[in-house]
Formats: sequence, C-alpha cells, structure tokens
Amino acid sequence: MSILDLAVQNIVSPMVLFFALGVAAALIRSDLSVPEAAAKLLALYLMLAIGFKGGAEVAKSGIDATMALTIGAGILMSFSIPVIGFALLRLTTRLSAIDAAAVAGHYGSISIVTFVAATEALKSLGLAYEGYLIAVAAVMETPAIIAALLLARRGAPARPEGESTSALLREVGTNGSVVVLVGAFLIGWATGEEGMAMIAPFIVDPFRGILCLFLLDMGLVAGRGLRQGGRALSPALIGFGIYFPLLSAALTGLLALTLGLSVGGTALLITLAASASYIAVPAAMRLALPEANPAIYLTLSLGVTFPFNLTLGIPLYAALAQRIAG
Amino acid sequence: MELHARKRIDIVLEAPVLKRLTDLLDRLDVTGYTVLPVLGGKGHHGVWSREGLPSTAGAMVSVTVIAAEENLDAVLEPVFALVKRHIGIVTVSDVAVLRADHF
Repeated sequence: MSILDLAVQNIVSPMVLFFALGVAAALIRSDLSVPEAAAKLLALYLMLAIGFKGGAEVAKSGIDATMALTIGAGILMSFSIPVIGFALLRLTTRLSAIDAAAVAGHYGSISIVTFVAATEALKSLGLAYEGYLIAVAAVMETPAIIAALLLARRGAPARPEGESTSALLREVGTNGSVVVLVGAFLIGWATGEEGMAMIAPFIVDPFRGILCLFLLDMGLVAGRGLRQGGRALSPALIGFGIYFPLLSAALTGLLALTLGLSVGGTALLITLAASASYIAVPAAMRLALPEANPAIYLTLSLGVTFPFNLTLGIPLYAALAQRIAG
Repeated sequence: MELHARKRIDIVLEAPVLKRLTDLLDRLDVTGYTVLPVLGGKGHHGVWSREGLPSTAGAMVSVTVIAAEENLDAVLEPVFALVKRHIGIVTVSDVAVLRADHF
C-alpha cells in the first residue's frame, strides 16, 4: 500500500472524521460540548483499555532484551527531543526561553491518544505490535518534563520554597493518567489471556466507538483553542508544530534501526516520539513554569500537532516503519 | 440573632495548583475551606472554559476561606506567596457568620 493510500484510508476513518466534526463544530460556534467529567472518564477508559491490552500482550509474548532496549530508547528520546526542540524554537521563533522550554517539554513527552489512534491504524493494516510499547509510552511522559525544567532554569525566577523539583516529579509521577495506564498494564500482564477474556466485552468491543466520542471532544477543545488562542501562534511556531514531529520521527527511525522491533512496534515508537502531550505536561508546566503562556503550548500541541499526527503523521510513520523494519 | 464579623478570602485559581493550596491551608491556622468548581470566564489570559478538558490545565477552581480578622495576614501572606505566579484572583471581603466558634 502506498503512503497516499495509507493517508486516505486513515483520513476517512470514523475516528479522524469525528475529530474533524469536533473542530468544525467549535469553529462554527456550535453549542455542542462534552462535560468535563465525561471527558475525564473517556480518557480514563482509553488508558485503562490500552494499558490492559498491552499488559495482556506481554503476558502472551513474554519479555526480552528488546523490551529493555526499547524502554531505554524511549527515555533517551523523551529527554533529548526537548533539547533539540528548544534550540530550534530559540533559533526560529521569538519565544522567550521559558515559553520555548515549556513547548519543547510537550514535544518530548507523548500523547497517549495519538498512540491509541496509531494502534487502531495499525490494526486496520493488519500489523501487530509489541505489547510493551505501552510501558515505553508510560516512561516517556516524565523525562521530557525534567528536560524542560533544566532548559528553563536559566530564564526562570528563583522558585519559592517548597516547590522543589522532587515534589513536582512526585506530583507528575502520581498523576492519575500515569497511575491508571501503568496499573492497567500490570493487571493485564498479571491476569493475561484469562483476564482479557473476562473484560474484553468492555475494553475491546466498544473501544473504537468510545475513541470516536473522545476524539469528537478533542476536536471541540482543539477548535476552541484555535479560535481563541490561535493569535498566540506565529507562522514560524505553526511550522514548528508540523516539521518538528517529522524530525523527531526521523531521529527515532534511525534509533529504531538498532532495536529489532516489528514493523508495528517501530511505527508506534516513532509515533510516540512524534506526538506531543496535552494532558500530563500542560498540568505539570502550570505548576513548574507558571510564567509560560498556556495558550501557546496547549494550542500548538492540541490544535496543530495532534491533528497533523492524526491525519497525515500516523500513515507517514507507518510507512517509515515499513521501510525500516519491513 | 447575633452575628460575628469575619474575613472571607476567595481564591480563584488554576486547577493544577489546587492541591498545593489546600496542602498549605491544611498547615495554616484555618478551621476549614470550601472548594468550588468554576465553569468558565475571561481574564488577562483570554476566555476559558472547563468543558471537555481531559487535563486540569486550563480549568479553574474557587477556594473560599473564612478567617478571623486577627488571623488574616497570617493566612493571606503564605497563600499569596503560593498563588502570585499563577493565573488567578484573590479577594478579601467582610462577612458575618452565625457560629463564631467555627471560624
């Protein structure tokens, strides 16, 4: 299948179309909305389901040296992507050091929903992937936040007492989304196929429908963000939101050459590196770098990079993975 | 009915900082506080709404503390030190309470 076919097939999937519906509804100022509590529940469901599936997959396939290597590669990428992103932002945009560090942190961390959408795209291509990629996703959340803090340190005013980095890391590490993702992964691993058979009607069958509903909501939030926060984004910054995921993908592709993952696993690792956080990192940045403008990093991550990855990025990463590991 | 004068501190604050604020209030000499959700609004950082957000970033909460006047500075100073770098509003107003021993 050509890259074009892949892209077309991806764009006309219900998931992407529901996201587009959400964006369109927000842009025409429809009163369509998903309550905050429902949005959180949908996110919780997606993390529980994807975490459990990954764990059950590991129970079936077992662990190997590739798993440790891939986790190490994930940590390395999560830490180094913000450094590259920060340098590019400072060179090509007028962002302050603090804003640039906050934006760069988002790109080093991951978007679990982009990951979930990629697993669905792989499924429709008939590509399997290693279950432990979900553990890689979990470990890639935090190093980027540390990198962002280190990058911002020079520009940031001294922090008041009681706001130590270790306290922040504890807050980030005990973040509900990380706990449910890792917890569900471990439960899936411990209960294996039997556990999967028990709860499959809940976490497998309705999964795509619930993903559509969540993406409709994400479209609404992204559209609203673009309408209200779009002015905060310069053309150079919007460009960064599109070319930087591609750069991260290319670098991760090179790293993946040494790992020996399957095509599906390679595509997911690339997707993780190319995705930008919009759940865990924004909350961490509000705590750690309150001077950074949230309209910039939230709008860029959710309004530019997420739609790009969802529509064109994922097929490109799958095609890249086929070249690398196929 | 006898009424007792107290000070009411209202803190509208970005949601990610809520836990730090309530942890601080737990350590201070206040008898309690009330946390309320806030639906949306507009301020220096533009229009915001909590609808549809999967993250606490972008949402706001409101925390109300009632304190005796002689305690006001002891509460307000550390609270303001915590929240001044964040998005929010701090107001102090005069209120009357029915049960003096509660505040």
